[in-house]
Amino acid sequence: MSPFACIVRRDLLLAFRRRSDVFNTLVFFIIVVSLFPLGVGPEPNQLRAMAPGVIWVAALLASMLALNRLFAADFADGTLEQMALAPEPLFLLVIAKVVAHWLVAGLPLVLIAPVLGIQFDMPSDAILVMAASLALGTPVLSLIGAVGAALTLGVRGGGVLVALLVLPLYVPVLVFGAGAVVASGAGMSAQAHLLLIGASLALSSVLSPWATAMALRISLD
Amino acid sequence: MLEAYRLECTRGDRTLFRGLSFSVAPAQLLHLAGANGAGKTSLLRILCGLLSPAHGEVRWGGRPISAMREEYAAQLLYVGHSNALKDELTALENLEIGGTLAGRRCTRDAAFDALEELGVGHCAQLPVRALSQGQRRRVSLARLALDGMGAMGARGARGGGGGNGAGLWILDEPFAALDTAAVAHLENLIAAHVTAGGMAVLTTHQQLAIATVGMFRIELEYEMDALA
Repeated sequence: MSPFACIVRRDLLLAFRRRSDVFNTLVFFIIVVSLFPLGVGPEPNQLRAMAPGVIWVAALLASMLALNRLFAADFADGTLEQMALAPEPLFLLVIAKVVAHWLVAGLPLVLIAPVLGIQFDMPSDAILVMAASLALGTPVLSLIGAVGAALTLGVRGGGVLVALLVLPLYVPVLVFGAGAVVASGAGMSAQAHLLLIGASLALSSVLSPWATAMALRISLD
Repeated sequence: MLEAYRLECTRGDRTLFRGLSFSVAPAQLLHLAGANGAGKTSLLRILCGLLSPAHGEVRWGGRPISAMREEYAAQLLYVGHSNALKDELTALENLEIGGTLAGRRCTRDAAFDALEELGVGHCAQLPVRALSQGQRRRVSLARLALDGMGAMGARGARGGGGGNGAGLWILDEPFAALDTAAVAHLENLIAAHVTAGGMAVLTTHQQLAIATVGMFRIELEYEMDALA
């Protein structure tokens, strides 16, 4: 097995043996989204209008919540040192970790979001666009978040710091992601928004692993 | 050949050592000694390339390691302070992953044999969480046995040195938490590696009973005045 596949498999296995962590993210997402209708009242038009924003903001916060798990355990038990000393380039291993992290923390959100969309009485084509925008957008969140998580490794109170570092970079994804759903709800094409998220996915998948690997080496120093 | 050239290491405001030069040739073992806080671990991390020295450089085969990171990593096996084991995975899974990550072709049988050699074969299917401190250390050190086997296999196949095994072992307190039997066994493992033309750098507070190999010792001094 290649080291890349080995890391993906290992992280999925670890997540499977620590299932509660995975459910934490998902349950947080579902609870936040479900509380909004209770808070703002059951007016269908109002709910339909705010659904894209609420679901996207909740997805963004949920994926940020999962960020501190990305490297912290490997850093604490010395596995990260071994990765930095592997004959494989570190950014490849970083990609493997981010892929596994997204499968565990991002993909469940994408899959559950349509169900939550029904709860807000969203039209079916808007639900489809939302699932597509989340499927494109959550990997961007994981990739950008990895840089923040790597930079704040071993820093006390790193959680708040990650939020401060990463949130400004999350904003464009949020704007275009929620924008795509709103546009499709208003009968316009969501293509432009989705293309922009796709572009940020392409950009971040090139730049972020490299930046993350650099940040990890600094944290290990 | 591993060379350290005029290394200087600063942690915080303290200079741990300055102008430190030495070289380790094939079939040589370097024993680093020194008081707690003298900079042994920092020196090992510099030799691995995890830490960058304030001055000077580490060279491998005449080239600075910073310029040949992956190539050097393929020649290196580092066992640090922490065991690099995952509590949730079994000893066998941990070793297989560790071996694969280090770029060794690692079969399940080979991993099991390595655990057996370190005397933790009966714990192979237990999650590391359930093991004692000494057993964890043994599982972690089984990577050395795995590496030794790889080198042996490659030598058998090609009739030459090098091959699948690492040329350089860097071990940080490998004997910590081990019982006497395991210490003796590990010493044999290291001696076999060095006799076969490998290099090793290790720190320990114990007297090393590896008499057969070309061993030399560097004592790092704890500099009190450097605190200023």
